[in-house]
Amino acid sequence: MAEDLLISLRQIKRIYGSGAAEVRALDGVDIDITPGEFVAIMGPSGSGKSTAMNVIGCLDRPTSGQYRFNGVEVGGLSNDQRALLRRHYLGFIFQGYNLLPRMSARDNVELPLIYKGLPKQERIARAERALDLVGLGGRAGHDPSQLSGGQQQRVAIARALAGEPQVVLADEPTGNLDTKRSAEIMELLVDLRRERNLTIVMVTHEDDMAAYADRLIWMVDGKVQRDGPTRREVQDAV
Amino acid sequence: MLFETLKLALASILRNALRSFLTVLGVVIGVASVIAMVTVGQGSSDQVIADVEQLGTNVLMVLPGQQAMGSRSMGERARPFTLRDVDLLLEAVPTIEAAAPIASGQATMVFGSENHRAQITATDARYLVASDWPLALGRNFTVGETQGGRAACILGETVREALFRASDPVGESIRVRNFTCEVIGVLVAKGASSFGTDQDDVVLMPIRTFQRRVAGNTDVATIYVAIEDGVSTEDAMREIEFVMRDLRRIGETEEDDFTVMDMKQVASMLTGITGVLTGLLAAVAAVSLLVGGIGIMNIMLVSVTERTREIGIRMAIGAQANQVLMQFLIEAVALSLLGGVLGAVLGLIIAAVVSHLMVIPFAPDPLIILLAFVFSAFVGVIFGYFPARSAARLDPIEALRHE
Ligand SMILES: Nc1ncnc2c1ncn2[C@@H]1O[C@H](COP(=O)(O)OP(=O)(O)OP(=O)(O)O)[C@@H](O)[C@H]1O
Ligand SMILES: [Mg+2]
Repeated sequence: MAEDLLISLRQIKRIYGSGAAEVRALDGVDIDITPGEFVAIMGPSGSGKSTAMNVIGCLDRPTSGQYRFNGVEVGGLSNDQRALLRRHYLGFIFQGYNLLPRMSARDNVELPLIYKGLPKQERIARAERALDLVGLGGRAGHDPSQLSGGQQQRVAIARALAGEPQVVLADEPTGNLDTKRSAEIMELLVDLRRERNLTIVMVTHEDDMAAYADRLIWMVDGKVQRDGPTRREVQDAV
Repeated sequence: MLFETLKLALASILRNALRSFLTVLGVVIGVASVIAMVTVGQGSSDQVIADVEQLGTNVLMVLPGQQAMGSRSMGERARPFTLRDVDLLLEAVPTIEAAAPIASGQATMVFGSENHRAQITATDARYLVASDWPLALGRNFTVGETQGGRAACILGETVREALFRASDPVGESIRVRNFTCEVIGVLVAKGASSFGTDQDDVVLMPIRTFQRRVAGNTDVATIYVAIEDGVSTEDAMREIEFVMRDLRRIGETEEDDFTVMDMKQVASMLTGITGVLTGLLAAVAAVSLLVGGIGIMNIMLVSVTERTREIGIRMAIGAQANQVLMQFLIEAVALSLLGGVLGAVLGLIIAAVVSHLMVIPFAPDPLIILLAFVFSAFVGVIFGYFPARSAARLDPIEALRHE
């Protein structure tokens, strides 16, 4: 059964501290994601959403449990192997955009391609295509400081996509944007996903954003409380 | 990848141009002083060698005492020679073409209301010929004057200028200590020597005159010996040594209490002195490079802290620890190499100016310049490694969360 799973978390625990100060950020999480799914993760603040994203993104190591990515046991990989996994299969979009300052939009988008070892010509071509795709073709030479929040987040999306990852991980990608910009970003993600058969995992606090996904995972206290199709879940939760 | 990293490093250095410059100032000063000192030192060595070679390859110098560096009797006072030694030497060694005795001292010269303290070089007529020093005015000593110890003198340009200003000194008399001395000639100006001393601040007089009226003894400090063309220097040196041992009654088991040197040895002894000086100053420069390296380490540590978030982003994107390490290491090396380049340019400019002022050849040594680059890159690696490693060891999540 696990053969066609892209992401598979089994009894994942992430425990900070020990004794009385112990915090169970993740307390036995089971999540399975198949290729091409668009999954939204919601839940109250402190429920472990970001921690789960960090584990899925191979940035953090769980205290216990099993995580398989494309059938590979991630727990058995070295830090360098995890870096390679991130480089070739994952793209990150952060709430705070996390662009490198004083570097043009093009240079920012080019960055993951440098680590992929692509030749200069191809990097520029791909970076500009990715910027075109997010509607910023004309702003390639601008610094992040010269761009609006929505534009910066679109650069970040271009950066996440430029490396042609299998999975895009987005932790509150619209958290810093107003409703109109948020909707634009979500529509962009939905379009890209359809075009490229991307798998998207997105953490959000807003029902409107979660509604773009086709599956919703609701977390409480480090556990998955509900997991199912979006609209019905959202309506239930309201 | 390496090229990209280098470009990135340069971009980050240029972004903080002023800070980068202040950071590498230590390295700049270190490299500049090494290169300036070695270049000037080399130039003055070249000059010494050229000066000495001008005396001729067939010229030997006989000095009392052991002159070799590090010899245990160095600095011990040895018996000086006498004029009789010179005559006997000339008689006993047939391959000697000429032998000139030299003694020296200092005295105040007075003319009218002017007075001036100068070096006296006491010798005979052969000195000007052997040292190839032409006269600007007047004439050389006659044999009669040197034999008889007449009170005649030849002035260096500096002395002439001090005592006579614009007027013609030849035929005038100056007072040296308690006797009057007729000025018979003026030397052509030579300028500063390779050690920066004024070679024109000198008065020549017959050695007998000097012994009797100034020194009050019969000492000869040095004997210049010119050997005949076609005679091997080694043979002549051995023969002179043999005769001198006999003249000075040195027992078979005793060591020489004099030294015979050819001009190559004189040159290497003189350049040895500048070599020691250069070495000392180079040590000072090395300390300043060390301080420069610590400056680089400091700024790199600051840079790692400032760019923690950037490091987190790069790691999330797929940078491996080693790539982060390389990025910061290359930045440190680029920074210190930049210091090396600025230092080399500055050092060469200083050396060129100083060489010009000292009237010595400007002798930049490509090897030293290369060495300075290698050393400054090395400083970058050593002092950049610790900050780079601390960057590479950052936890990606914590780095990303860093404000
Ligand atoms: N480095 C850490 N050290 C100790 N506790 C931590 C650490 N990181 C997270 N936690 C704790 O783990 C729990 C889950 O945190 P997490 O950031 O995953 O929550 P979240 O669901 O993303 O919340 P939010 O919606 O506010 O972003 C919280 O109680 C938090 O305090
Ligand atoms: Mg969170």
